[in-house]
Amino acid sequence: MRALTWHGSQDVRVETVPDPEIFNPHDAIIKITSTAICGSDLHLYDGVIPAVLPGDILGHEFMGEVVETGSQSPLKNGQRVVVPFVIACGHCYFCEKQQYSACDNSNPSEKQDMTEFLFGHGVAGLFGYSQLTGGYPGGQAQYVRVPFSNVGPVEVPDGIEDEKVLFLSDILPTGWMAAENAEIEEGDTIAVWGCGPVGLFAIQCALKMGADRVIGIDNLPNRLRLARELGAEVVDYSQTNVAEALMEMTGGIGPDAVIDAVGMEAHGFAPDSVLDTVKQKVGFGADRAHALRQAIYACRKGGRVSMPGVYGGFADKFPLGALMEKGLTVRTGQTHVQRYSDKLLQMIVDGELDTTFLISHRLPLEKAATGYKNFKENANEWTKVVLNPWAEEAQ
Amino acid sequence: MHWQVRTNRFPEWSDRVPMPSWHNLAREDWDREKRPPAREHGLAPVLGLGAIALVGVALGAALSKPREPRHPADSAPGRTARRSRFGAFAAVGRSVTIKRPRADLFAFWRDFENLPKFMENIEEVRQVGETRYAWTVKAPFGRDVEIVTEIVQERPDELIAWRSVAGSDIETEGRVTFKDAPAGRGTVVSATIAYVPPSGEIGRLAAKIFQREPSIQARRELKRFKMLMETGEIATAGIPHSN
Repeated sequence: MRALTWHGSQDVRVETVPDPEIFNPHDAIIKITSTAICGSDLHLYDGVIPAVLPGDILGHEFMGEVVETGSQSPLKNGQRVVVPFVIACGHCYFCEKQQYSACDNSNPSEKQDMTEFLFGHGVAGLFGYSQLTGGYPGGQAQYVRVPFSNVGPVEVPDGIEDEKVLFLSDILPTGWMAAENAEIEEGDTIAVWGCGPVGLFAIQCALKMGADRVIGIDNLPNRLRLARELGAEVVDYSQTNVAEALMEMTGGIGPDAVIDAVGMEAHGFAPDSVLDTVKQKVGFGADRAHALRQAIYACRKGGRVSMPGVYGGFADKFPLGALMEKGLTVRTGQTHVQRYSDKLLQMIVDGELDTTFLISHRLPLEKAATGYKNFKENANEWTKVVLNPWAEEAQ
Repeated sequence: MHWQVRTNRFPEWSDRVPMPSWHNLAREDWDREKRPPAREHGLAPVLGLGAIALVGVALGAALSKPREPRHPADSAPGRTARRSRFGAFAAVGRSVTIKRPRADLFAFWRDFENLPKFMENIEEVRQVGETRYAWTVKAPFGRDVEIVTEIVQERPDELIAWRSVAGSDIETEGRVTFKDAPAGRGTVVSATIAYVPPSGEIGRLAAKIFQREPSIQARRELKRFKMLMETGEIATAGIPHSN
């Protein structure tokens, strides 16, 4: 089959690789009909996530048709399903608490060694996201093996096109959980750093949950336009002092909750950001946490800090004093996708959520490398790339 | 081959004989206070050999300080001690919590022939006597290591302890306990495995079998046991065979 493979920093290629096989009783093989490039894939693309091996297949936002099942899989050939990016066993203590991204059993035991050393505990398996999370081949491919297909995949009702439900795999539930973690109360103002796909969904979900106002922060005009169209106010950090603006826009209080939808590769020309970039490039395992620092600084006293953005290492100059002295609550984590699937699918079916507004480009899988390059370098226009693994290159 | 249990080498298996202080694996609870005490003034002879004035001053300062009080034993299991000695034995231990009833886990483990299902290096375990099992352990270059163990202690749904009999390629013993986790969270399974690192070629094989970091191996095996017991399968990245 054809698949997008990683070969080094900013070097991804579509190659012919062996087809996936059934290994375990709960496995299923999916023929992928639509797959997307995630903002977090750019962390892999940039080589800032450790333990990605040359030849690893990337991709964790995908859907398709069941073509083969293991003996214990409840799926049937021909079913159309969207697959959560988090692999969860459904039986362990964490899965029973619906903390699916903390699943004990989905990451192969020998692969858990690295995160047990780095983080103190082994983490769950994820598709196409480095050896740290299991080394599972990802879904920017024509086929993918889905372990624990009894827990994750969501059947798509007939008559709903791929693009409407594709983002149930990651960015929609991630935006939803980000808003949920902001613990929104009546009258609240929520500030969202980063108007990429997750930030945009967080904005939409926060408004859906009853936030009085949502303020989106970015520097790219087109992304700020999308945020505005969803009903957010916007702050362009290239022309405005963010912390001061947020205070003035909230009557001197500050946002009630802040959402960091940026993560480990924050931009910005502040001294902390420059130093972080140097350390990250040198390979100190340093996260560029400029957005998070600013968010904590801006958050009102007793407010909530929600962190859907991905981090993998360490940050210094962390505003611990602000966190403690203002009594902030921090909530974060990889998304417990399976917890939200049914509810969000219903909201899509009922037309309560717009899930396609952010798609800017549709490419054949063969052109995936172009998609990565532009998603990173022309982020203003390239807001979301959906790939078709079966389209002819000439398309 | 004739296997013989060395009945007098491990007197702690019999309740009548006092246990050597260095060897505690078979005990119900491995008590920190039974460990050999750490030497309290290990530096003194070294300093005596290479005395220099500066160190002398520091020593004087140290001696004038009140002596640090003796620390009573804490609640942590002995295997987590910063300094631990098991005599000739290298020992590792790990715990894992599994969301299954004690009886199920005990029954699965008690059938030793099940162990290769989650222990990577064990090729086969077969029953060769009422409480005796022959283990075939994978080793490099197609060599196999044979160990025959005998169950020396067993309490249904609680504890199984075993050790190798004379004639085994490696001298080893192990113990696994099953305790209820609080509030219906399943069962805490604790395994302790010890072996005498042999010398020579067998020693090199043993090192390979137990890997460089035996505690990592123990942790992996127990995680695989948990996966198998909780989900019925063992997670794998599933890289296709053909390549």
